[in-house]
Amino acid sequence: MTDRLRTDLLHLGVIAALVVLFLTLPTYYAGNLSRIMVLAIYAIGYNLLFGYTGLLSLGHAMFFAAGMYGYGLTAQLAGVPALPAFALGILAGAALGLVVGALALRTAGVAFMIVTLMFAQAAYLTILHFGTYTRGDEGFVVPSEARIVFGIDLSGETERFAAALILFALVLLATGRLVRSRLGRTLVAIRENEERTRMLGYDATRLKLIAITLSGALSGLAGAAYALLFGYVGASFAAVPYSIFPLLWVLLGGAGTTIGPLIGVFFMFYLIDTASGITLAYLLIVGVALVLLTLFAPQGIAGLIKRRLPWLP
Amino acid sequence: MASVILETKGLTKLYGGLAANTDVDFELPRGRITALIGPNGAGKSTFVGMVTGRIPATRGQVIFEGRDISALPAHARIALGMAYTFQITSIFPGLDVAENVALAARRTTDAAHLDAKVRDTLARVGLNGRGNALAGDLSYGHQRLLEIAMGLAQDPRLFILDEPTQGLAESEVAGFIDLVRGLAGEATILLIEHNMDVVMQLADHIVVLDQGQVLASGAPEAIRADRAVQSAYLGTADA
Repeated sequence: MTDRLRTDLLHLGVIAALVVLFLTLPTYYAGNLSRIMVLAIYAIGYNLLFGYTGLLSLGHAMFFAAGMYGYGLTAQLAGVPALPAFALGILAGAALGLVVGALALRTAGVAFMIVTLMFAQAAYLTILHFGTYTRGDEGFVVPSEARIVFGIDLSGETERFAAALILFALVLLATGRLVRSRLGRTLVAIRENEERTRMLGYDATRLKLIAITLSGALSGLAGAAYALLFGYVGASFAAVPYSIFPLLWVLLGGAGTTIGPLIGVFFMFYLIDTASGITLAYLLIVGVALVLLTLFAPQGIAGLIKRRLPWLP
Repeated sequence: MASVILETKGLTKLYGGLAANTDVDFELPRGRITALIGPNGAGKSTFVGMVTGRIPATRGQVIFEGRDISALPAHARIALGMAYTFQITSIFPGLDVAENVALAARRTTDAAHLDAKVRDTLARVGLNGRGNALAGDLSYGHQRLLEIAMGLAQDPRLFILDEPTQGLAESEVAGFIDLVRGLAGEATILLIEHNMDVVMQLADHIVVLDQGQVLASGAPEAIRADRAVQSAYLGTADA
């Protein structure tokens, strides 16, 4: 069996498992799955830049928010229908990625982290500044007609799950292909040794810009999908925690693996869910669990699996 | 085809007030093995750094195959048909050996021929069968060979080897000499080398750099006989 076939089979298996979970789990858990999948798309977008290209951004919330507001504001203010508004959301994420990338990629390492953090803060404050339109922290509810795609109302539990699954499946399969492509492998090369990659004749700066644009597009897609499926747009999604979450998800799940982001989101989601059922001090439990995982599985959960199965994409 | 593949005119590098290279005029004959020698600190690595674009020149021109490439960034110069192996081994330690070579080859080789190309290149440097090993797990000597394989895989017309035998065992050096001899005719080779045995065995032409300037250039016998070179570098003369 070739690695490529294995990869596709693994991804199809993951998608099938999500369907089985949805059909067999009680409603509450099944409802969570849609949220997990949308956040996993966000994590996949982050992972493309962090896990594969080796660039640590602390400002990804701006791309998530760009997608969310790109979709939400055009639907709310201009009455644009769901699909074109959704496409605008993705475009907003990509465009912001391109612009921020062009500026931030002049720096590297810690400076890159700070610059992305600052850009994200600027984006957050911009949303608050234009509170007349964005409703600031309070946010707004997406008009119900902008949540109807091909005559299907995506606010229903099953419809929402189906939409989230289709988006997640497309993104997962596309990422599987991307990381095995020439572009994907060159991004890994940049992560491993940028100077050497440059001296093999690759334009590393241009490739990093492509990576951050793709990452912005995927994050924007996730933000737009979040607003489309859950019907709410608010500035809290542009704030610092939403820049830190994807980093945590990817680190826990396994940076530089295709299935790591989903695993990370799953793990964090149910870790918080379970811990908060036990005690009010649930963040303490979450913190301890994260420290333990970082100590004993620094490569993340998928990283542990990859040690046994080196072909894991 | 012009007989000179690479030419520099007035190439100069100043680090603050310190001149690493001063007005280096240099011509590299096509299809031959040229060795660049000189004592430590003579500016050899700075010079090839300016040729490949890794180090920005303070002034001067680099002309590759008749084209002024002085303004091009390093990756664009490499893409024109140069390859460079680092003095300090620079591979992708976290990737397997085959992928290291594939990364080098992929820019010029289409997907259908990539596997064969990687296999052939590894066989040429004697790393056949090691394709699946992690590059970082190879011995030092094998990592040097991998570095050379990554250069070969690019099918360069100009191959710059920066102290390739540094740290190699004697048996490995002998293997390296055979390998480079086998390349002659395919590519023009610019060899920066400290080991005079290697230089004398391989070079058709020698350029001596001292204190950032070209001290002498010519055939190996002429260089060996040159008194100025002897005093500056070989240390056997009456200086």
